[in-house]
Order: sequence, then structure tokens, then C-alpha cells
Amino acid sequence: MPKRTDIQSVLVIGSGPIIIGQACEFDYSGTQACRVLRQEGLRVVLVNSNPATIMTDPEFADATYVEPITPEYVEKVIAKERPDALLATLGGQTALNCAMALDKAGVLEKYGVELIGASIEAIERGENRQQFKKIVEQLGGESAKSVICHSMDDLLAAADELGYPMVVRPSFTMGGTGSGMAYDEADLRRIGGSGLAASPTTEVLLEESIIGWKEYELEVMRDRADNSVIVCSIENLDPMGVHTGDSITVAPALTLTDREYQKMRDLAIAIIRAVGVDTGGCNIQYAVNPADGRLIVIEMNPRVSRSSALASKATGFPIAKIAAKVAIGYTLDEIQNDITRETPASFEPTLDYVVVKVPRFAFEKFPEADPTLTTHMKSVGEAMAIGRNFTEALQKSLRSLESKHAPFDWHKEFVELDKASLLEEIKVPHDGRLKKVMDAIRAGATPEEIFEATRIDPWFVDQLALINEVAVQLIDATELTPELLRLAKRHGFSDEQIGKIRGLSADVIRGVRHALGIRPVFKTVDTCAAEFAAQTPYHYSSYDEETEVQPRAEGKQAVIILGSGPNRIGQGIEFDYSCVHASLALAEAGYETIMVNCNPETVSTDYDTSDRLYFEPLTLEDVLEIVHAEQQAGPVAGVVCQLGGQTPLGLAQGLADAGVPIVGTTPEAIHLAEERGAFGRVLADAGLPAPKHGTATSYPQAQRIAHEIGYPVLVRPSYVLGGRGMEIVYDDAALEAYLEKYVANGLINERQPVLVDRFLDDAVEIDVDGLFDGEELFLGGVMEHIEEAGIHSGDSSCALPPITLGREEIERIRRSTEAIARGLGVRGLLNIQFALASDVLYVLEANPRASRTVPFVSKATATPLAKAAARVMLGESIAELRTAGVLPAEGDGGHLPDGSPIAVKEAVMPFDRFKTADGRTVDALLGPEMRSTGEVMGFDAVFGTAFAKAQAAAYGSLPLSGKVFVSVANRDKRHMIFPVKQIADMGFEILATAGTAEVLRRNGVESTVVRKQSEGEGPDGEKTIVGKILDREVDLVINTPHGATSGGSPRADGYEIRTAAVLTDIPCITTIQGLGAAVQGLEAMRRGDIGVRSLQDWARLAADSRTL
Amino acid sequence: MALPAKNLTAALLVLEDGRTFRGESFGAEGETFGEAVFSTGMSGYQETLTDPSYHRQVVVMTAPHVGNTGMNDEDVESSRIWVAGYVVRDPARVPSNWRSVRTLDDDLRDQGVVGISGVDTRALTRHLRERGAMRVGISTTETDPERLLARVLESGEMAGANLSEAVSTAEAYVVPAVGEKRFTVAAVDLGIKANTPRMMSERGIEVHVLPATASLEDVQAVSPDGLFFSNGPGDPAATTGQVELLQGALRAGIPYFGICFGNQLFGRALGFGTYKLKYGHRGINQPVMDRTTGKVEVTAHNHGFAVDAPLEGATTTEFGEVAVSHVCLNDDVVEGLELRDADGALRSFSVQYHPEAAAGPHDAAYLFDRFVDLMTSSTSGRKDA
Repeated sequence: MPKRTDIQSVLVIGSGPIIIGQACEFDYSGTQACRVLRQEGLRVVLVNSNPATIMTDPEFADATYVEPITPEYVEKVIAKERPDALLATLGGQTALNCAMALDKAGVLEKYGVELIGASIEAIERGENRQQFKKIVEQLGGESAKSVICHSMDDLLAAADELGYPMVVRPSFTMGGTGSGMAYDEADLRRIGGSGLAASPTTEVLLEESIIGWKEYELEVMRDRADNSVIVCSIENLDPMGVHTGDSITVAPALTLTDREYQKMRDLAIAIIRAVGVDTGGCNIQYAVNPADGRLIVIEMNPRVSRSSALASKATGFPIAKIAAKVAIGYTLDEIQNDITRETPASFEPTLDYVVVKVPRFAFEKFPEADPTLTTHMKSVGEAMAIGRNFTEALQKSLRSLESKHAPFDWHKEFVELDKASLLEEIKVPHDGRLKKVMDAIRAGATPEEIFEATRIDPWFVDQLALINEVAVQLIDATELTPELLRLAKRHGFSDEQIGKIRGLSADVIRGVRHALGIRPVFKTVDTCAAEFAAQTPYHYSSYDEETEVQPRAEGKQAVIILGSGPNRIGQGIEFDYSCVHASLALAEAGYETIMVNCNPETVSTDYDTSDRLYFEPLTLEDVLEIVHAEQQAGPVAGVVCQLGGQTPLGLAQGLADAGVPIVGTTPEAIHLAEERGAFGRVLADAGLPAPKHGTATSYPQAQRIAHEIGYPVLVRPSYVLGGRGMEIVYDDAALEAYLEKYVANGLINERQPVLVDRFLDDAVEIDVDGLFDGEELFLGGVMEHIEEAGIHSGDSSCALPPITLGREEIERIRRSTEAIARGLGVRGLLNIQFALASDVLYVLEANPRASRTVPFVSKATATPLAKAAARVMLGESIAELRTAGVLPAEGDGGHLPDGSPIAVKEAVMPFDRFKTADGRTVDALLGPEMRSTGEVMGFDAVFGTAFAKAQAAAYGSLPLSGKVFVSVANRDKRHMIFPVKQIADMGFEILATAGTAEVLRRNGVESTVVRKQSEGEGPDGEKTIVGKILDREVDLVINTPHGATSGGSPRADGYEIRTAAVLTDIPCITTIQGLGAAVQGLEAMRRGDIGVRSLQDWARLAADSRTL
Repeated sequence: MALPAKNLTAALLVLEDGRTFRGESFGAEGETFGEAVFSTGMSGYQETLTDPSYHRQVVVMTAPHVGNTGMNDEDVESSRIWVAGYVVRDPARVPSNWRSVRTLDDDLRDQGVVGISGVDTRALTRHLRERGAMRVGISTTETDPERLLARVLESGEMAGANLSEAVSTAEAYVVPAVGEKRFTVAAVDLGIKANTPRMMSERGIEVHVLPATASLEDVQAVSPDGLFFSNGPGDPAATTGQVELLQGALRAGIPYFGICFGNQLFGRALGFGTYKLKYGHRGINQPVMDRTTGKVEVTAHNHGFAVDAPLEGATTTEFGEVAVSHVCLNDDVVEGLELRDADGALRSFSVQYHPEAAAGPHDAAYLFDRFVDLMTSSTSGRKDA
């Protein structure tokens, strides 16, 4: 069946900001889909609020709407664009929910838009647990025993039937939000209660516990001729009880007989058929009782999921791409397998390697959070590794996490290990459990004991034992023989691990290895276990015999681009964006592009992105081997280290030391910016002021500095990322407490002093992204933070162009940026943070690399900064790029034409995902340590509208009427009066605590006094403010923290208020500056004229205004 | 090199073109020769090992980990392991499955099957893909590749080999129908897998499994409603007796269903030639299109030979019109034949692949139903007449 001819245009909905459970895998799938649909000649209309995505680059769609993914805004897009069809199965739960809402509101019918991929009915059958269970049973499958509940009474009644423990799962939430394990009635009341609230249908499913069972997943693809194939089987090393996203997973499944596997396969195909997913991908999860093989179907996702991205990378079968093709009518046999180019896509990939995915967590950012792993996803990213066996893949995946705690470590003395306590510790799944399992093995635990404690399949336990046996050989050997070295490499040991065991440096081990000729070969991911020749160079390393790297075409030079590794807070999709752009730009400029990365969620690890892909850990050892292999294949112009964030930047010096050419900013220049003393001299030479500062290793030293420069001071340990451990300290006591804490946990010591900076209290913070070619500076964009100084730039919302800075100030910024770029010797991108206080422009920090804001700036100014940067790094000048049309012929991001739109970036915080050990949500407070996972962009002609859009995209729309609760710190009282008065004038009812109410009354603003949480309920049951928020009697919360430091004083009231707002999804403004912006947003919304406009239309308008 | 224990016995693998791989002994020690073929299935090694079609073949597993689920008593497809040798990369040290009763290594040892582990199976597979299936030797006693190569070159070739009798049952036996008996089928065992009679019996068929030496009289003696030829090893061109038997049965109007070797013999009985594929189809992920329905099925394959029949149009034979019913979408190899009478009614059919699966997907199980339908229409036709 060929392509349908009745569809000319398709609306694709993206997944919005990166949040836990929904990350850049949907940029990967969405980008693939947009590419395919355009190649098929369809007009593609895209809605996605996330500016950091590749899919929102204007060249990937005909009309790109960076607008909130809410039914209201998407309806506006539909009304304007009138697409024939809507494809919502590639944008995660966000897109699916939005499509469902549009259908329910009659929008799809009104505009005659056909939902393609999965129908509303199919989505409901797949996602409604009761319906789904019935389907499974009709097909002869089994589900876990369960009861569906709509009220607390239902929950308690069901508990009698099922018995504790039980799994609590709210319906229609994403990434398992609100689900958990109830061991007793108190758990049930708490988890079940919030589950009912979290579910859009007030529906919670209670289930018999199948904790400890083996867990599997199958990825299925179906076309409209009812051809179905299984793309990939995935097995979880962590048994049932841990969310798949938080589990170590393996592909293919390794511990199933064919009979068991085929039973799953038969069920999967029967289910996709019965649910009625007409075309596209879906995944189905299973549990198997290890004792008797009882097979239970857990759930299905009637859409492309995180696992689909993993399965695509694990097999070379691009699920989203194929899903898009079958959605528009092709059948699988009509679609070519890209990798073999001679066989069709109507087959099932077979692997001759093992893939391991490991999660990356961010508990260090949320010290109060309970690190136990449950059915509620908590990881913020993942790394994948490929090896020719499990041990190799596992050890590669652990070092891909880039956490020094992740890889197995035999350094610890044996006597430190206590078997009994280790066996106890590994009973509860947590980040780092696998390492504890290894320690337990070292401590003499038997495989049976490990299985009893963890329920990890005995085959996997034996593989861990095997790794340990190799380690023991390394420890015991009198000398490191070639055979032993080869054996260790074959089981995935890094040079560093071997070196640590043998008391040698990784460099020495590498030298020995190279002298002995022990190097990895590079195999190919080819979908077919070598049955057919692969045409796509998608490689992974293995210590095996034969390498498959092909010689480079005559006359071509290669550039190797290092990616950013697993997503983490502070380093995510934004860096992948820059790497992908570099690859595209350098391919255009005639280079052979080679990508190295280990993050399966990304566009960069799509084999379509670069000429060659190496799916490898980003460590010096692994990268050096790739460089070597590529140098054997042909000329390599150099390695790009400045686009993937801190990860590749950290490798630059090591690569340079090994004689590898680094393109762009040199490692020396990078060092200059990172080393405080050297950077201070650069600033002094340029005559630029920095806030007064000093370094200390003890409290007395720190106190002396603080007194010298004056409180408040900003303190942070040196050599940390993402503002880790950064706090604003207002007095001696807090400073002493801070030092005590960080000296105790080892983050501050003689080699890593604490940095003490003057904190510029009333400053306006400014972020700048610039491009420097050695002569000319191209000011990419100047962003003004909306929040007060002291909030991490990644968490702060900002506006571009800056809303309160004048031309003169921008010129000062330009001059300072150029002076720093020149002083450091930048070739490529740099990011500088300035603070403007009392008319002095202070330099806070400079990073000679692509920053988090590059994609935002690129989109807001319609300039491909990362592409230009890649070409500058390889020697082109800004003038040349202006001529070539890569950069605008004149002007830059500091001189945007009149009438340019305003872009507002808003950060999205993960507070709702983290609970403390006693089940409360962590405090939803912004501070100097970055904690956001993603961002959105609001784009419009004026600031208020852009801000309102950004809010709508990040948190749901601001209310148009209703009740607004106000409680601000004393220092903010003066500044709140005017904006609160404006809100009251708009007709909102103001609620306030007694103190705030009094101030308002004196200024002529009437408000209703509500009880503080600390006051408790009133004599007649009057609710406290927290009670009112939890009962959704408040529509907007304005609460600025009363304490002086983040994480310091308890500030109970504020914490409870903000947490309640997060729990109930009520917009909560925590800064006075944010309040001012919100007032502008409310005004814009109340005017009721907020429209939508595509990036392409904005660009056309800008072009028109230039020619006028 | 999967086992870190010291003092592993070294093993040597030499292909007939001289390419050599070194690894460690796996399974029995000794020396073995056969045709080197690779199998790409990721599950079902127990079924593969016990599939008689692999007689005289040395099987290279592309999946690196083999033996993880041990061996059980239910998943065997015949009474013994048939492969002549086994090549794996990382054999399991500890099996894990609730049904497992022995380890793979034990079974290989007990049955004297020589294997080798720790070799770059992907490199070996790529070599076979590029150069074609060829003879191979594995030895744990020979250390000199030259000497082993000489013995490889002396070993027998697959082309021209008639192996049916070596793998067939010596005595006829009956697999009773499950539930009410609807039909009787004479199934000639040319290397039959246990799941084939099982799937027939589940459909109310009483299966009389006959030795490969069975004559038309032996077949007719069971008064069959249908005749079945199983899968099996060897070169179809080296077989004449069964071809004649089949022609006789077709003349007698007995509906026929053939699988794999049974497809090749059907082709030959209808006057087509057969040929050896460069490296064969061995895996459980092969896309086949049923041209009668346009549906694609993912199927289990294990064949080194194929029928040479025109892909388009029907060929007129003395038995009726023959057309290619199934095609492999990877390489357009003939995967099924059907014979229709002048009225267009189906008389007989066969497939080159394995609807009985084991190991592999169950997508093609409908072919057993098609056989039942064929016998239903054929018996009702006879009764009417």
C-alpha cells in the first residue's frame, strides 16, 4: 500500500520542555518524523515550546510554532494552518494528552483534522488500565490482579482484597507520576490520595505486587496492512519494582528461552491489533515470575516512548522514522532498511552484540530527597553502551555515566567490606546499588545470597562474579601479561580501572597496551548480525579481532565532534543541539563528520546525523582509540571539544597532550578561563571589574574574606558544575555552618578551596553568548534575567532582547565581551555572565564554550550560532560567514532590528518528582544551585505576552480571574505593593497573611486575611493557606522566601505553601521580579489578543522590515 | 576467552579457504568437520541444536551469549543434538531458567559435540557472507592450522550429499490427534522436528511418521488424507526416491504439504531445479510475503538450497498449474510453491521456511490450517465424487 494521497499537511506536536520521564528522546523521534514527512512532500506544521530542540529549527518544518503545548494554543495553530492530519504519537505523553483534549473539545472535528497513527479509541484502550486488562484477558494473557478505584473508600476496600504490599498507579499520568508502593494503610492513603489528585480522570489502579519478578519490554511496529514486527526486546537487570527509566536495562533479552520469548511476541502482536494502534510503534511491558515462568502483561504505551529511542539506537531500526512513514500509508515491506539498503523494514532486527543502558541520577541536587528507587521515575538522563558481550557493555556503560562513583572499583581494601551489611543495603534499590552488589560479591556473598537480596537474575549475578574474577586475577597477577590485559579489556575494564588495581596510572596502562598492540576494533550496528553488508557506519568498540572502519574517501578530511554524554541537570539537550548543528554545518562545508556520544536519547546519536557515528563513552581512553582508528582511515582535521558542554571540554587537555589537534579555542585558553587567578589577570588587563573575592579552606579564613568584602557573599566549592554547593550567605553563623558541612563531606579541602565572592544583591544579571574569530566579535544575544541576582542562570527566566537595558549598556557589554574573548584567545563560542549593579558592569564568569542558551539565542534571533561557531573553529572568519549567508550580512544579536519579537525563556523545575523519605515533596525554591531539567520559550511582539506564553508552556496558563494569595518577605514588601494593586484592579481577590494584609491595606489594597500554616486551622475549621491551596481554592500564589539562604533556615510556612502549589499545579511566583513580569503577562492575557506565529513568519516579517 | 579460569583447552578453527580462528574448547574435546553456516537467531539454541536439518553442519551463532537458559526436556526438536560442531563467542557459565535441568556445555560434552568459544563470530560470519558457506574443521587436538586445513579439504562436501536416511526415524510411529481425529497424514521424516507433528495433532490430525525410505505403498497403507514431507539436511538434487514417491502421490490425487526440504522436493517433483545459496538463510527474523494475501510474515529459516522457479506467472505441469506463493523479501528467494488444478483449486503446497517455528515466530502457523482446509475440501470433493 503506497503513501496516502489524501494527506497534504500534517501537524506534529512535540513534547515540550525536558522533564524527568520525558526528555530529548522525543526531540530525536520528532526530528526524524519531521524529516521523513517533509521528504515525502508533505507540509509539516510543528508545535513545540522547547527552543533547545533540533526539531524546532526552522529548516525541519514548514511552519514551526514555538508556542505552548496546550489545547488553547494548539487550536490557534490549527485554525491558522488547517492541517489535514495530526500526528501525536511521537511527542510523548504531552502530545498524546494534548491531542486527546483537542478531540474532546471538538477541535479536531471542527477543523476536519484526522488523527493519524493511533486513534482516540486506541489511545484510550491502551492507556485505560481497566479496558487494557480486559483486552489482555480476552487474548488469553494474564494481568496482575488489580482493582480500579475512584475514591479513598474504593482504595481501602480494594486493599482488603489484594493485601499489602500493593502498587498504586494513577491513570493517564506520565513517567509514572504519582505512582508508588503501599506497604500499609498510611502509605495507601498518602500515595493513593495524591494519585487520585494527579490523575486527570481521578482514577487510580491498585495491583497485586509483582516486585522482584523479571521485567521485559517489547517494541512493536505495525502498518496499516496489519504487518507487525518486534523491533527489540529489552530486559531489565533491576527486577520489577524499579521504574524502567531508573533500571539498568539490557538489549536483547538474555535470559529467555525461545518458547517464553515467542509467547511474549504473540501477545504483543495480538495486543497492538486488539488495542487498534493502526500504524506506528508502541511498547509493551511484561513481568515473568522467575520461579514458574508465569507471564504477566504490565502495560502498553500506544505511542513512541523513551524505550523506542533506546531500541532504535540499540538495533539501528529507526522506530520514529518508520512510524512516521507507516502513519502516512506505507507498509513495512515498502520501506527500505536504511542500514543494509537492500532489505526491507518488514523484518525483526537481530543483534550480535549486547546493549546496556544505565540511568543517571541527580540526587546530589536534592539532598532532602529519598534516593530509593521505586515505580516513580527519578533519573534525569541515561547512558548506553554497546559491547560484544554483557560484561564489556556494562562496564562501558558505567564509565559513560561520567561519575567517578559509577564504575566498579576494586581499590577499596577488602577488610572494609562487610557482607551482612552489604546484603542488607542491596535489598533496597537505589542509585549505585550495582556497585554495592559487586562489593557484596567481593565480600564473599554467594550468588544465592545476592539473588535473595536483590532478585537480580542469577545469570546477571554470575556475569558480575565473572567481572570480579577477572579483577581478582588482575590483583593477584605477579605481572600484567598480554593475555591478562587482553582478558580484562574483553570484559570491559578501562585503563583507569586496571591502573587503579595495579597501582599505575591510566596513561601507563595505555602505553603498555599500545606497545603490546592491544587495541579495540570497531564493529558495526547493522540490524542483521552481519547477514547483509552495512552501508551505514554506526560503530562501537570491542576487544575482538576484526575492525570494520572503512578508509576515508579520497580528498576528504574528517572532523570529530565530541557530544555531551548523558543528560544531567546543567548539561542536557542544549549541548546536543550545538553538536548536531556543528555536524550539519561541517558536512555542508565539505568535511566528513564523525560524532562521538553515548546518550541514546539524542539526535546526535541518530546514525543519520553525521557521516560516521561512534556510540562510545566520552572518556579520554575511548576517544583516543576512536581518533586512532579514524587517523588510520584517513586525515583528521581535528576534534571539536567546545560544543558538548563540560564533558568534552574536560577532555581537551588530555587529547592535546596526546598530540590530537583540537579545533577552535585551545586547551590553554580554556584553562585560562577556568583558573581564577589567570582569569583575574585577563580581566585586569582589560580593565574590567569583577566582584571582590577570595579563596579559603577554613572558616576563619573565609570569615576574614567575608568581612573584608562585606556580606552577603556567594560561596561555592571550586571545580564543580551547575552551581553545585553554591549558596548565598548573609552572616557569620551561616558561613560557619556552610564550611562545616562542605569540609566534612570533602568538597572543600586544601586542593579545592571554597570561593567567596561578593554577592551583588540588587544587580541585574545578564547572560551573553558571543562568537569570536580572533578579530571580530559577533554578539549572539544579550539576555536579561528576570529573577533577582543569585538564582542560577539555568533556573532563571530571561528575556532577549533585554527589556530594561539601553543601547549604551549593550555597547558596554559588547566591549567587555570582546575584550575577554581577545584576552582568553577564544576561537568559537563563549558565554559570559555579567552583573550590572550601581551602573558598574561586573564580570561574574566566562566560559569559552557553547552554553546552555545557544539554541535559545539562535532561535530568538534566527541566527544559527552553533553552525557558525563550527566553521569559525575550522578557520573561517565572521566576515566570510556573513558573506556566505550563515550570519546576517550586517548587525548581530546586540543590534536586533526594530520590531523584533521578544523571547522569554522559562526554566522547568522537577520538584514534583522528588519526595523526602517521609513522603513530603522537596522545597520548590530557586537558588544559586541549578535544579531545572528543561526550558521553554515564549515568543511574541511584546514582553508581557511572551512572558505569559512562557508561563503557559512551563506550568500551565496564568489565571484570568480568581484568588491570588500573597505572602512576601519583609525586604520585598515595598516592591510588591504596586504589582499587587494592579492585580487587584484586574478584579482578582487578594488573600494575604496578616502582616502582608496590613501593608496592603495601608496602601489601599483590600485583601482577605487567611491563616498561616503555623497557626493551624481556626476554631470553626477555617482552613490555613496550605489547606486552601491543596483544596484548589487559590488560583495564583505569590510567595517570596522569608529566610536569607537557600537550604539554610527552616522557613516552614513558605516551604509548605510552595510545596502545596507544586503538588496542585497552581502557578507559584517566588520572586518580586517574577511578580512584575507576571502582571505584564496577566494584562496581555486579559486583552485577549494573544495570537500564534511561526518562526518562519517572524523571519519573513523581519526580512520585510529590513527591506522597507 | 569467556572463562577467566586458567588452563582452558585451546581450540582451533580452520575454514577450507585457510582462514583461521583460535579460541577455547567448548563442549566435547576432539576434532570435527562439517559445513560452516551461521545462524542469526537470538533465542532458541536448544531447538537449533536438535534440529536434524543441521546434520553435518558446524553452526556459528551470531548472538554472543549462548547457553543462558540451560537445557530442558521440553524444547528438544529431536532425540539428540545434530550439529557437527558449535561456534560461540561467550558461553554461559551458569544457566538460569526455571525449566533448565542441565547446562548446554554438559549436553554438548555428553553427546560428543565439539565446539569452540571465544572467537570473533562476527568476523567469521562476515567471512562466510562474503565467501559463501564452506567446509570447516574445529580441533582441540591439532595446533597446526596447515595440518587441520588438509583434513578439512579431505572432508565431505554438502553439495551432492544425501543425508535423509541418516537422520530419519528407523521405524514408523504415530502421533495421535489431540481431541477428535479429523484426518490422517502420512509424514515422511527426512529430518522432522518434533513440533511439526505436534502442530498437526493439535489440529485433529493423526500423524503417521514414516521413515525416509518409505514407498508410495507404505504411504497408501495408512490411507492418508494428506501427505507431508518434512525439513531435513542434504542436497535435494541428490534425492530421487522421495521425488518419485511424491510424483506418485500427486498423480494419486493425495493433497501434499511440504516444509523446507519438502519444498525443495516438491519443486523437483514438479520439474524445477534446485540450487545452493551462497550462504543460506538461517535465522528467525526473515520477512516472507505470502503472495496470496499480500501479508508479510516474520519467519524461521534454515535452508542452504532453494528452488529455481519463475517468480512471476504460473508454470503448467502434468499435475496442474504451479506458482510461487511465497517470496523472501530480503533476496527474492522462492519460499513457497502451490499447485492448483484446472479450476484454480489448491491441490498441494509447500514452503521453504518453518511454519512450525521452534525456534522462531509463530506468524506462519496458519499454513497448518491451510493444510487442514486443503484436506477438508479434498476429502469432501472425493466423497461427492
